Amino acid sequence: MNVQAKSVGAVRYVGTRQPRKEDARLLTGRGQFTDDVRMPGMLHIAFVRSAVARGRIVSIDLDAAREMPGVQAIYTQADLAAVPVQMLSFFFTNIESPVTLLADGRVACVGDPIAMVIAESRAQAEDAVSLVEVVVEEETPLVTIADAKTGAPVHPDRDDNIAAEMGDEDALEAIQPLLDGAAHVVSTRIRHQRIAPSPMEGRACAASPDGAEEMTVWMGCQSPHLAARYLAQALGMPTGAIRVVARDVGGGFGLKNIPWREEVAVVVAAKLLRRPVKWIEDRFESLTASSHAREQDVSLSLALDEGGRFQAAWCDYACNNGAWPMGEDANIAVHMFMWPAYKLPAYGFITRGWYTNTMGLGGYRGPWAMESLVRETLLEKAARKIGIDPVELRRRNLVYLTDQPHTSSMGIPVEDITPGECLEKLMANIDYAGFRREQAEARKEGRDLGIGFATYIEPTGSAGSMAPMTGETVQLRIEPTGKVVAMLSTHSQGHGTATTMAQVIAEQLGVAYEDIAVYEGDSAIGAFSPGAAGSRQGVIAGGATWRAAEMLADKVKVVAAHLSNASVETVTIEGGMVHIAGAPEMSRSIREIAEIAYGEPGRLPEGAATGLEAQYRYQPPPMTMTSAAHCCMVEVSAETGFVKILRWISAEDCGTVINPGVVEGQIAGGLAQAIGQVLLEDMPYDARGNPLAATFKDYLMPSISDVPDFEYLHANTPSQTIGGMRGVGEGGAIVGPPTLVNAIADALAPFGEIDELVLPLTPARVLDVIEQRDVSGTRAHLDGADVAAVVEETNPAEVVAPVMAAGIDGDWNMVLKTPMGPQEMVAHFDADGAVVSGYLQAPEGRQDFSGGTLSGSQVKFEMKVEKPMKITLKYDLQFDGDTVSGKCKMGMFGSATVTGERV
Amino acid sequence: MSEHAIELTVNGHCHATRVEARTSLGEFLRDGLGYTGTHLACEHGVCGACTVMIDGRAMRSCLMLAVQADGAEVTTVEGLAEADGTLHPVQQALKDNFGLQCGFCTPGVAITMACVTRDNAGVEAPRMEDALTTAMSGHICRCTGYQGIRRAIRQLAGAST
Repeated sequence: MNVQAKSVGAVRYVGTRQPRKEDARLLTGRGQFTDDVRMPGMLHIAFVRSAVARGRIVSIDLDAAREMPGVQAIYTQADLAAVPVQMLSFFFTNIESPVTLLADGRVACVGDPIAMVIAESRAQAEDAVSLVEVVVEEETPLVTIADAKTGAPVHPDRDDNIAAEMGDEDALEAIQPLLDGAAHVVSTRIRHQRIAPSPMEGRACAASPDGAEEMTVWMGCQSPHLAARYLAQALGMPTGAIRVVARDVGGGFGLKNIPWREEVAVVVAAKLLRRPVKWIEDRFESLTASSHAREQDVSLSLALDEGGRFQAAWCDYACNNGAWPMGEDANIAVHMFMWPAYKLPAYGFITRGWYTNTMGLGGYRGPWAMESLVRETLLEKAARKIGIDPVELRRRNLVYLTDQPHTSSMGIPVEDITPGECLEKLMANIDYAGFRREQAEARKEGRDLGIGFATYIEPTGSAGSMAPMTGETVQLRIEPTGKVVAMLSTHSQGHGTATTMAQVIAEQLGVAYEDIAVYEGDSAIGAFSPGAAGSRQGVIAGGATWRAAEMLADKVKVVAAHLSNASVETVTIEGGMVHIAGAPEMSRSIREIAEIAYGEPGRLPEGAATGLEAQYRYQPPPMTMTSAAHCCMVEVSAETGFVKILRWISAEDCGTVINPGVVEGQIAGGLAQAIGQVLLEDMPYDARGNPLAATFKDYLMPSISDVPDFEYLHANTPSQTIGGMRGVGEGGAIVGPPTLVNAIADALAPFGEIDELVLPLTPARVLDVIEQRDVSGTRAHLDGADVAAVVEETNPAEVVAPVMAAGIDGDWNMVLKTPMGPQEMVAHFDADGAVVSGYLQAPEGRQDFSGGTLSGSQVKFEMKVEKPMKITLKYDLQFDGDTVSGKCKMGMFGSATVTGERV
Repeated sequence: MSEHAIELTVNGHCHATRVEARTSLGEFLRDGLGYTGTHLACEHGVCGACTVMIDGRAMRSCLMLAVQADGAEVTTVEGLAEADGTLHPVQQALKDNFGLQCGFCTPGVAITMACVTRDNAGVEAPRMEDALTTAMSGHICRCTGYQGIRRAIRQLAGAST
């Protein structure tokens, strides 16, 4: 509740479609994207990349390239090694694979950067690149997840190709009887294609060494603060030695969350060469050598009772991490957020990320979106199988507000979510029965219409549980001219944060929107935040701005009251004017008050600071949930397999809507990407590990003719944050795919089920269902290449080990593989007979435990932790001489492996 | 590389210079003349971001060599607005309707719209809408889902009659 609403800003700005502040420069060609940055003496970089997916580098011949005009330097990894680099994940943890900026003796995927040519022009650099001779002793590459399971390790120093693993095979023992005994069991399998994020502006980086330990970097990124912190940490430079500027960025979508090999290499080259340098990724590189996303193989089984109520579910998830993921990932978030919106008593999973000889996995809008796709498509499949309407099936299982607080099957506290209420709002605004009648009539005419639904929740505005996910700082001031300046740690790659934040300020401060200037996009402005990552800026920066503007308004009121010898309660601010109740003659402009606050300190209240400034850093609740229900109607041509989207209605609850134009823009952009994922986009690889989509003629981006007019319903349930916002950046890309797949499946229902969903649903794959044969060749391709995924059995052979002769007492270096990356720690054990006590020491601090048990060489103990949420860690360790291994059950995070050795 | 003397007009300004034969018009406008409002996004002629007006026609500056523009009159996005800063109607329509987000594809979108609205001036709204929508099928926007672009098209079509 905004208590100031009565005394400030009678003009409403929050909730209105203010024209965007960003548009004036972007519409007139005056934006500043990285390639628009020109420095005197700036050189241009082009990369030599591997044309081979896997092998040992026999030789790199640079002689001919060095002779080319304009070439200033050519670097290989041997040269860059002069600058030590530790590549990091988004969580600021070390990357586990042996990733270097350029290939170090081996190549592990096509597109692997091998050398960088630095020349006076981009064209000269490319000329020289074409003359670099690289000889690679080629090995058979692993391309698919199936290849990874059986092939020789992609990284020779590792035991296998499991990049990351979570979950608990043992849990299947508890789930299986529930599946076996249920009235209905429905299963599905989805093979999600590989996506190239494809922002319209590819990656870009320019660096200029300024002084001994200073570097100015212009980068296409999603947060200059995060990029600066990453670069400083990865390069071991002092924080503050690197300033990152990103005025305008042509789309990010998660790809640009962190600097990656090429961007860091550009900075290192600038350090080595002591010259400003620039690298602009071309489209071929963007498609084939920027990090990819998705490519998952997921199976889900769901047990339901006679009444269609969910009983239990089991999921087996595999994701292709490629050779050099931006952080090894088993995608635990898929499992965390699969069921909290539904009442499901029991859930178990095993989830793995696999290394292959393909381009690495990176972030992409809604990285865990598979949870909604696999759940919502399975749910409608179940509805058809059981003979219940899909909306009714949801109603029987959704967690409505009246069911909250609720605890999910993985122990996640569920409150403040409204997926059911969004669904009811949606149903109240579409004529569902009417569509079903129309559908029945159309069937008689041989036309196949379909309707699909999806409901979901999404954690947004995450703060305080993961290193990069923090609060936001706002610095606000009223200039002596009466104009307002805001300095923010936000970043817009199209998000319009300057617009929305100015709207909040205008309303809370009582000034005109036009009188506010917002500065952002520079690590020298504001304080640390991860910018556009995890649907958070509207929530957190919005809250920070809201409060800072209130604080500044209070300051103006105090000064005005003092000047008029009135009480603060009588002061109101409206339209840039400050009024005293009952004394209209005492009204002053904010400018007049600002002039006094800056220039006539003697007229200020005793002890008041001069000027008109406020700063606030907002730490919101750890998570703010957004909910939505979507509906899509399609017509599928039984003749051609072509899908035409007729209508698409979104009912989302993102709390307080600052600017409906911006919010709807976020939803629409995500939905367009969803349509691309379901119908068009695909980055296939051939058996030799060659990416097969090298231009936008091969990689089909949705065009205006592929995307319908979207209809929006806003539910607007305020959240617990300051201002009541909820994040909306990723939702469309999460809830969109199942909505569209379900509509297509509904249209295809008379022909048959989509037994196994292989994306994208090309016309040929739609015809597979219509004609009940392998029109697309997908089946032949898959059956020839893969066997059905099986839940791997563990081998809990009970072997009673002898008590370890060397004992377990003392210190052990251990590594726990958590969803946020590997956590290193020192474990100390003291065994007193069969009772074990000790502590775990990590950089974050030390935590003691007691009451553990020693049995043979097995130690079990428990430890309660508060972060990222309250869970009990259950360690089960097996000691063998000077090594230790085992696992740690981490509540809802499943289980993680532990390895270590005696100190 | 062979160099050639060319002379062309960009946004009303005359430029006489030498250019390498292989330089694309898009690169030349950006790097040679500093008109960085033109964006190169795919360089394969698919996405439309680099579209500029050449002798009144919308052309992809990535698929044309600078030497081919010798003697041409070129308008880039920097040249669309009036001298006093008043936005061109297509720029205003995009602004009014949230027709852009990151703005990288926008220069090409605006140029194509400007050409289509001029070529179809005075036609009935449905025909204008159809002409603009058809032309937009040659532009890729990753951010907006084309919603604001469609609304801008309707605004322009409505204003044309």
